[in-house]
Amino acid sequence: MARMKFLCDAERCIECNGCVTACKNEHEVPWGVNRRRVITLGDGEAGEKSISVACMHCTDAPCAAVCPVDCFYTTDDGVVLHDKDLCIGCGYCFYSCPFGAPQYPQEEAFGVRGKMDKCTFCAGGPADDNSPVEKEKYGRNRLAEGKLPLCAEMCSTKALIAGDGDMVADIYRERILKRGGRPQTWGWETAYGS
Amino acid sequence: MKDTTTSNTPRALSKRRRMKAMAWSFLFIVLSAMILPTASYLVSGEPAHAQVTNDQNQRANFWRAVREGAPGYSSVSGPEAGVFINNGGQNWRQFRNGIIANYGGWAIVIGLGVIALFFLVRGRIKIDEEASGMSVPRWKTWERVMHWYTAILFVLLTISGLSMLFGRAVLIPLLGAKGFSAWANLSINVHNYIGPFFAIGVFAMLLFWVKHNIPTGTDMAWFAKGGGIFSKAHPSAGKANGGEKVWFWIVIFVGLVAVCGSGLVLIGWMAQLGFVDSTRGTMQLAHQVHAIASIAWIIVFFGHAYIGTLGTEGALEGMTTGRVSVEWAKQHHDLWYEEVKDQAGIAEDTTSAPAPSTAAS
Repeated sequence: MARMKFLCDAERCIECNGCVTACKNEHEVPWGVNRRRVITLGDGEAGEKSISVACMHCTDAPCAAVCPVDCFYTTDDGVVLHDKDLCIGCGYCFYSCPFGAPQYPQEEAFGVRGKMDKCTFCAGGPADDNSPVEKEKYGRNRLAEGKLPLCAEMCSTKALIAGDGDMVADIYRERILKRGGRPQTWGWETAYGS
Repeated sequence: MKDTTTSNTPRALSKRRRMKAMAWSFLFIVLSAMILPTASYLVSGEPAHAQVTNDQNQRANFWRAVREGAPGYSSVSGPEAGVFINNGGQNWRQFRNGIIANYGGWAIVIGLGVIALFFLVRGRIKIDEEASGMSVPRWKTWERVMHWYTAILFVLLTISGLSMLFGRAVLIPLLGAKGFSAWANLSINVHNYIGPFFAIGVFAMLLFWVKHNIPTGTDMAWFAKGGGIFSKAHPSAGKANGGEKVWFWIVIFVGLVAVCGSGLVLIGWMAQLGFVDSTRGTMQLAHQVHAIASIAWIIVFFGHAYIGTLGTEGALEGMTTGRVSVEWAKQHHDLWYEEVKDQAGIAEDTTSAPAPSTAAS
């Protein structure tokens, strides 16, 4: 079984936000909700670096641990998904998530947030694969079609890599061997404990 | 043996001198061990291993900043979109799931157990004098409305709040995932919408009842006698006794300040008013304060509810009918009874007062 992981190569990311756009378009995510975002540190200064961030599908996911209704589950591919039929929009997953992945469609008085939305690794949700219901609630299920997440597929510099963790690590290791420098698997220690 | 230590024989003197020399030597060794290693500063004038300055290792600085959650720029707008790592998340998770859920749960169970044990040992505190049917007014109608308004909301908030904390462990096995989700959805909405109205009730209590709850010397004497809780004594008290004043101030500080304050942070009102920011760190802290203070409040509330109903004969009538029997007033609030005894009479509401025939006898 594969163990799906994201890796963003900060030496390659050029902050084009193509991944963000691809994700929003593919899944028709509601206005104001962004499953993926690009952060630039030292923006405009020499040596600025950018990283594309979304749900990292943690091994021991804090969101799943704090969810009052226990709506999270991990698929056989190591993808962390959640059931929107159970979600009550309490916001606890957002408080606990290291990566700021959970998003909420509403921000109203009395703390009403609506049902949480986050990156699904293009693996849909608990509804039937590629059914209209799944598409509506969770977006496209590309994994069920044998495809990888669109953000990584459309990355112009191939900075963002998605797929089985071992293969992702191999690709990255080859790059480091060729270009030199030290590896920096951002977020992996936090998400996967390695 | 006693002589050798107290007398001034040459042998005792030498022993004392030896102990003194040993003590000074020990002090000298300890101080030297601390001071001598710093002697190199006298020679070099600055630390031997200078820190790498910030300009020299940009790569390390960059990743350190990322790890520490330093905000960057993100074209995506959203709460803290520019922050890489929410470092407090795991701590909050462990604190909530570990400390709050475990110790909080046990604290509630133990609190209920202590009250049950107290009831078994002490039993109901009865009114000593025989009922005369005479009563005095204790709480006005608007005061009772304020009390029960706040009390009913308190119970609803307790049930919905505890469902959020313990429901996953306790209610999912009973209701199933779907059933509990529906219950939790109701709970969170009830909790969030009722909360502010509840805070208004507590605030009203502060405004209108603070005058009864200023601590006085009478309360110190009341506490010195243990409030008559374990003894048969009935120490003097005004309208509110020492215990009621403690409960009042717990309601104000634990309840109004900690629980209601943090609750208004959690539903975003405090951020709207500009008192706090709405970052995850603020929310984590507010949640921790809210959960701990709420559990403490709930436990003390159990005590209040017990004393006001089962624990004390004749106490509940004060908050339901507004009048208490003369005998109860004399026994529990003698100083206050002296103030109001001229208002004593037979309540117009005959359903709640004892039959007039007993009053006449």
